[in-house]
Amino acid sequence: MDTTLRITSARAGSDFVARIEKVSGQKLLACYQCGKCSAGCPMAAYMDVLPNQIIRLAQLGMQEQLLAARSIWMCVSCLTCNSRCPKDIKIAEVIESLRMTALRDGQRNDHLNIMELSPEARAVLPPIATISAMRKLTS
Amino acid sequence: MGNENKPMKLVYYPGCTLKNQATNFDVSTVSSMAKLDVEVEEMAQWNCCGTVHALDSDNVMNRVAPITNLIRVKEANASEFMTSCAMCYNTLKRANIDVKQRADALETINDFLSLEKTKYEGDVDVLHLLEYLRDRVGFDKLAERVTKPLKGLRVACYYGCLLVRPKEVAFDDVENPMVMENLVRALGATPVDFSYKTECCGAYQTVDKPEVIAGRTDKIMGSAHEEQADLVVVSCPLCAFNLDFRQDDAKRLNPDFHNMPVLYFTQLMALAFGCDESALRFDLQHIDPLPALAARGLG
Ligand code: SF4
Ligand code: SF4
Ligand code: SF4
Ligand code: SF4
Repeated sequence: MDTTLRITSARAGSDFVARIEKVSGQKLLACYQCGKCSAGCPMAAYMDVLPNQIIRLAQLGMQEQLLAARSIWMCVSCLTCNSRCPKDIKIAEVIESLRMTALRDGQRNDHLNIMELSPEARAVLPPIATISAMRKLTS
Repeated sequence: MGNENKPMKLVYYPGCTLKNQATNFDVSTVSSMAKLDVEVEEMAQWNCCGTVHALDSDNVMNRVAPITNLIRVKEANASEFMTSCAMCYNTLKRANIDVKQRADALETINDFLSLEKTKYEGDVDVLHLLEYLRDRVGFDKLAERVTKPLKGLRVACYYGCLLVRPKEVAFDDVENPMVMENLVRALGATPVDFSYKTECCGAYQTVDKPEVIAGRTDKIMGSAHEEQADLVVVSCPLCAFNLDFRQDDAKRLNPDFHNMPVLYFTQLMALAFGCDESALRFDLQHIDPLPALAARGLG
């Protein structure tokens, strides 16, 4: 990440943080930034903000940065991070909450348009792929 | 296990993909189970499970589809049912665990489904076929039914995510599951070490980012190739699509990529039980498995 972070506790107790904690069911402050989640993430190479950084930004209530991150659309809920976190934090649940926050904002901020794919591409895709992608990436 | 005259009955949820592109998974499931005296009975009525479990706790809506299926199982007078698709298994099982733990969510779903004649009360068990084979049939018994031992065939067993994560859903070790290796051994084949066996393939990113899947497939299949596997077996039609059909993309990414067939574990069983092509449907594979099998004197 090449963003400059100004660390402040001003937003840590914000409504945004409270909502992410509620919807994900996670205590964000339990994270001690060991980085194990990012180390095993199969999608890390395609992310702009790594999973441990997502948790850090979420602790700090950095809503704009989080909702603009490519990462939340790259994570595929494989749960590798969840199963390895020494603090038992469900990182995938936090990311899902972020994705859903973006998708539920009423703007139809979809990250997939199936009809933009070529007919050939669509013809080979099994329903298991298209249905899961639409559940995760569209409102 | 019943005797020859009285086969065991097992309610079966195939899922959408086994009725579309993955017909080979469906027919090999039914045929291989028949060889084990288990009559799999497809549910008279079922709907798509929704494919993915909603990780946002307030998303009760996405739990309705899996729970409707559990109601159909109850209506078939059964208390358990089996699916061979890892993704269906994961989604159905997690919805089941979730509503058992959260009475309020279950109540909301039952209220929403008020026109249903049956209420769901957390009283159905979800089984994966691999778990059923290991715990109910037994691999010793299974080995007795092998008529065509897969001698010399080197098999890499790929679990992906859905059979082992989260741990509440896993029926084997989360980091180093062995159930498929033990099955493969019972069929006479040789399982290889496979360090990428629980490494995710990139899942639904395949829909609009095949280049991402190409990278995953290159790594995962490359690891199987390094272990000198003849083929990879899977339990999920999405893993199968990514690892098999996306090999063309992997080859474009890495010219040294070696093509390797990808089969469902049920096809390997059907093969070892002497089933014919109508139960195998190798014509539906992207990478033809026949040369790899012929090289080991099988096929
Ligand atoms: S693995 Fe857990 S504790 Fe470690 S950085 Fe990730 S979320 Fe934080
Ligand atoms: S769930 Fe998402 S963040 Fe976690 S390891 Fe998988 S892809 Fe990475
Ligand atoms: S995995 Fe698929 S395709 Fe399979 S039933 Fe569940 S959702 Fe429908
Ligand atoms: S499809 Fe890929 S992502 Fe899904 S379980 Fe199979 S491995 Fe994981």
